[in-house]
This record gives sequence, structure tokens and C-alpha cells, in this order.
Amino acid sequence: MLKAFQQRRWPLVIVWVLIIAAIVAAPAVVSGFGLNLLGRFLSLSIVALGIDLIWGFTGLLSLGQGIFFALGGYAAAMYLQLNSSSDEPNGIPEFFGLYGVDQLPGFWQPFHSPWFTLIAIWLIPALLAALLGNLVFRNRIKGVYFSILTQAALLVFFNFFNGQQKLINGTNGLKTDVTELFGQQVGSALMQRGFFWLTAVMVILAWLAVRWVVRGRFGEVLIAIRDDEPRLRFAGYNPTLFKTIVFAMAGGLAGIGGALYTVQSGIVSPQYMTVPFSIDMVIWVAVGGRGTLIGAILGALVINLARSQISTFWPEGWLFILGGLFILVVTALPEGVVGWWQAGGPRNLLTRLGVARRIGTYPRLEMDGKEEVQS
Amino acid sequence: MTTALLELRQISVSFDGFMALRDLNLSLQPGELRAVIGPNGAGKTTFLDVITGKLRPTAGDVLFKGRSLLNKPEHRIARLGIGRKFQSPRVFENLTVEENLALAVSHPKRPWPLLSAGLSAVERDRIAHLMGIVSLQQRAHQVAGSLSHGQKQWLEIAMLVGQSPDLLLVDEPVAGLTDEETDLTADLLKSLVGDHTVLVIDHDMEFIRRLESQVSVLHQGHVLCEGSMDQIQSDPRVIEVYLGRNEEAA
Ligand SMILES: Nc1ncnc2c1ncn2[C@@H]1O[C@H](COP(=O)(O)OP(=O)(O)OP(=O)(O)O)[C@@H](O)[C@H]1O
Ligand SMILES: [Mg+2]
Repeated sequence: MLKAFQQRRWPLVIVWVLIIAAIVAAPAVVSGFGLNLLGRFLSLSIVALGIDLIWGFTGLLSLGQGIFFALGGYAAAMYLQLNSSSDEPNGIPEFFGLYGVDQLPGFWQPFHSPWFTLIAIWLIPALLAALLGNLVFRNRIKGVYFSILTQAALLVFFNFFNGQQKLINGTNGLKTDVTELFGQQVGSALMQRGFFWLTAVMVILAWLAVRWVVRGRFGEVLIAIRDDEPRLRFAGYNPTLFKTIVFAMAGGLAGIGGALYTVQSGIVSPQYMTVPFSIDMVIWVAVGGRGTLIGAILGALVINLARSQISTFWPEGWLFILGGLFILVVTALPEGVVGWWQAGGPRNLLTRLGVARRIGTYPRLEMDGKEEVQS
Repeated sequence: MTTALLELRQISVSFDGFMALRDLNLSLQPGELRAVIGPNGAGKTTFLDVITGKLRPTAGDVLFKGRSLLNKPEHRIARLGIGRKFQSPRVFENLTVEENLALAVSHPKRPWPLLSAGLSAVERDRIAHLMGIVSLQQRAHQVAGSLSHGQKQWLEIAMLVGQSPDLLLVDEPVAGLTDEETDLTADLLKSLVGDHTVLVIDHDMEFIRRLESQVSVLHQGHVLCEGSMDQIQSDPRVIEVYLGRNEEAA
């Protein structure tokens, strides 16, 4: 089995070498705009890793990850706005003036601190996810009801943020590109390059963290929850606890992704909490391959790159392509592209087309979605 | 007389007015092997549901080691030392045989210990030993979903034993097994007695006879009678209940 595993490991190694080579080479070969796009999409990969953890491994389909994504973004933007508003009237961000607010709302105060902000970016979404998740999981709400509840929560947050001009500039959101950090404008080429590197490093760290969680016995418990949660209780495990932990972790990852996305797109707004965007996130993972971490990363990256390319010459076509892709995956590739690849899909296809010889075994039987996790 | 390990007192369960269990009394002594038989729908699975916390009884109390199990969640009851095998085998289909057993054997079953450390050498040995008992060594790395029905039955029995509970509740362990496997299962269960307390539910009279244990007959949610297999089979009430089902009672 070990041998079989090593033989099938090379595609993964190649993918990682390519990813790292692309990241290292990108700043040299890609334009500033292209680099910025790549950085943004890498931030989305971090969100996708969290979704893979809760959905691909644990079976929790959340349609509300936009909440946590946006909260991370808002945390970062609030700090940057405060950091750059000492010259403004009252020393508070400019937009407050539009609504006649002359005193900083209390909840903004801690965001003067960069350290608080760095922690808040992931901890606030993680705590909120833990709270919401625990409430739902404790009451044994599962499956489609869980998905509906997460979407309902998303709508609540969207409407709240959208309506609160005096607190967080409502529908206009908070801009970050004209704010300053380390005496540099955040939107400047230099800063953007820095954020790109930071994002690349964070993707790898996030991948390592999720990998650590899903391999070994903890990961086995997650898969057991997906398979037969009630049964697991009779074996002495408390699924509520495990689900709360991974949902919080996915929330934290979404927060980090949201903060990195915000500083690279130049704004955070309630648009990050729209229903379609959170559904998109799920599609990235479905297409890339549930239960394969590399699939989540590549899914987010490739789909968004394709979107940005196709939208330039065929703007109205993208939704059809995305919809078609999703239908293709649901019907023909339920394990996603990477899952299909790992199951020997390309070879099976060639066999069916009469190009390659049939092989005797079906390696997937032995591995089931965990190949890159086992070692 | 020692105190009972498990005691069900006047348990009643009503499903929208239908009494699946009525005033059920049953007690198990430590180290005992007990068989429970009864026609379909007698309430056998239901009373396991009550013991393991899946179902709250409408009335009555369940005592385990002298403490009430009512209002305790399933996983706490399991951790107190009660393991259960389900009527139709329930294993984790996307985990390998080895991983299924690892989940059963792992201790403690809290997130952090599972995250921070792998299986201990002792636990590994136990898993290998269990796979040996149920002849699944060759399938160690195969996902449980690809096993045959009988192999799943055995895997779940091995998981139950691996959990090393004080009380094993075994619901129809030999359904779908070959005669040879049935005999082996009976031997396995008998070998556990003494260190463990075992309660077996089954319809297979040959299997029950082989267990050489006390038998309780359940009928319409009530214990009809208790005794040895011979006593049971000559009891007119039992014959009455099984009338028309002679092939099972014979
Ligand atoms: N959740 C439920 N709701 C309503 N009725 C139920 C429920 N569960 C069980 N029953 C009924 O309670 C009775 C006892 O069921 P139970 O499953 O305990 O029987 P059993 O003795 O295990 O039978 P079998 O030998 O078929 O496994 C049956 O009549 C069944 O239809
Ligand atoms: Mg039953």
C-alpha cells in the first residue's frame, strides 16, 4: 500500500512545486494588476480550505461563510481607517462626518491597536462561528437545516451591516486602498507586493494547519461524523464538540482570507455577505474536490482566474459557465476534479476511449478521499 | 447477592400512545451473560435505546452501577462503560477497518488528545489483536463500506469489544452470518463473560442455546418470563406467544 501511495504521490508533489514556483515567479512576470488578482484569489483559497474542512471532511455544508469572511475584512479595514485618520476632523474616519457622527463608536476603540486587530481578524469570526455552531449542533440540527440556518444568518448580517451607516458606513463599506500602513499607502505597488507574499505564506500555513487537523485520529472522527454521527455518540464521542471546533476553525480561516482579500481589493463592504458569493465559495470546493485540500485551493484559484479572464471579453457568459461547471461536477465528477484525478479518472477515461489498457484494481477503494492526508 | 450492574425499573415507553415498553423490569449482575428473545416488535431494540440514552422512557428509571442514566447524553453513557452493537451493522463506511477500530480503542475520546498524539503501542496491539479475532487482518486498509454484510457485523462486534465497556449490548449479532461465523461469535461473546457483562438479543435459537445463558423473553414490551433455555421452551406462555412461529421456538 505504501508503494502504491508513493507512486500516486507524484502529481501532488508536482502541483505543489508548480504552485510554489508560480508564487515565487509571479511578482517578476506578472503585472501589478495581475499580481493583485492572484493575491486576492489566493486569499479566497484560504476560505476554501476552511469550507473543505467542515464540508469535505465533516459533512457540514455552510452557506454563510461570507459572514466570517466579511468580519475579518471589517476588522482589518477598521484598523487601517483609524490608523490613517489622525488628520481628519475629530481624528475619526472621514465617512463619520457624512452622517454627523463626531465621536468614535465604542466598538471601534480597540481597533486602534494593531495587535488587537491581528487577533480579532481570526478570533472574532472563530468565536462567532463557535457560538452559532454550538447552538445549532447542540440542538442536533443537521443537513439541509443547518445549511438553511447558515444562509439565514448570512442574510441577517448582510442586512445589519448594510443598514448601519453611522456605525460602519453601511452599504458603502470601508475603503482601505487610500489608508496608510507603515507610512505607505496600502494601495501602493510596494504594499500590494507585500500583501501578496503574506497571502502566499498564509495559504501554505492554512494548508498545513488543516492538514494537521484532518490527518490522524481527529480527522477520522470528522469522517465518522460525516458517515454516521449518531453512531459515533454510542462509541463515546461527543460530535457537538468536534463540529464546533472545526466550524470555528473554518470561521477563523474565512476571517483571515477576508482580511487579506480586503487589503488587496481596497474595500470591504456588505457585498461580501451576499448569498451568491457564499454559494460561490462552496462551488470552488465542489469543483476542486471535497476532501482533498489541494482541490479546495486549486478550485478557488482556478475558477476565479477563469472568471477574471472570461469576464473581460464575455461578461455575461461567466454565470453560464459557472452553472454548467457545477452541474458537470454534481452529475459526472461528484468528487471534484482533484478527487476524480486521484481516483484514477484520467486513466479510466483513456481506457474507455480505448487509448490505455485496463488496470485490474480500483485504488480509490482503499483510499477514499484521504490520500493526501495519509502518509 | 451482589448489587446489580444494570437495573431497569418499571420502564415504559409510549410512541404516541402505543406502548412499546410497559413496566419493564430487568436486572443484570456483574459478569453475567444474558440472552433476550422475543417476537418481532416485542420492544427489544427499544429497551436498548432506553439504556443507551437514544430514547427517554415515558416512565421508570435505569440504574447503571447504582447511578441513574436518565438525562445523560449518549456519549456520556458510553463513557460510563456501556457499548452497543446495532441491529443492522453500523460501521463508518468511509474509514478503513483499522481506522474504525482505532476510533473504538482510542482513549480518551476528547479532541485535544486525539489531535496531539497518535495511537499508543498498546492501542495498536489491541487493534491488531481484534482484527485477528474477527479475521479482518487482510482487510485492514480497506474501507468498511466495501466489506460484506457478515464482515461488517464482525467489524462492529470488534469495535464494541475494542471499546472495552463493562456492559455490552449486542442486538442480533448473527443476522446474516454463516453457521460457522455464528458459532465463532457465540464463542467470542462467551469468552468476554466474567470480565464483562453481556446482553445479547437474537432470534436464532441455536445461537442462543449455544450461549448457555439465562434467557429473558420479551413480549409486547414486557418481560414474559426468565429462565434457562429448557425452562423457557417448555413454558406454556412462551409457546403461546410463539404459536405459529414454531420454526423459531423449536
Ligand atoms: N420511533 C418509533 N416510533 C413509533 N413506533 C416505534 C418506534 N420505534 C419502534 N416502534 C415500535 O415499537 C415496537 C417495538 O419495536 P422494537 O424495534 O423495539 O422491536 P424489536 O423487538 O427490536 O423487534 P425486531 O425483532 O423486529 O428487531 C414496534 O412495534 C415498533 O413498530
Ligand atoms: Mg430490534
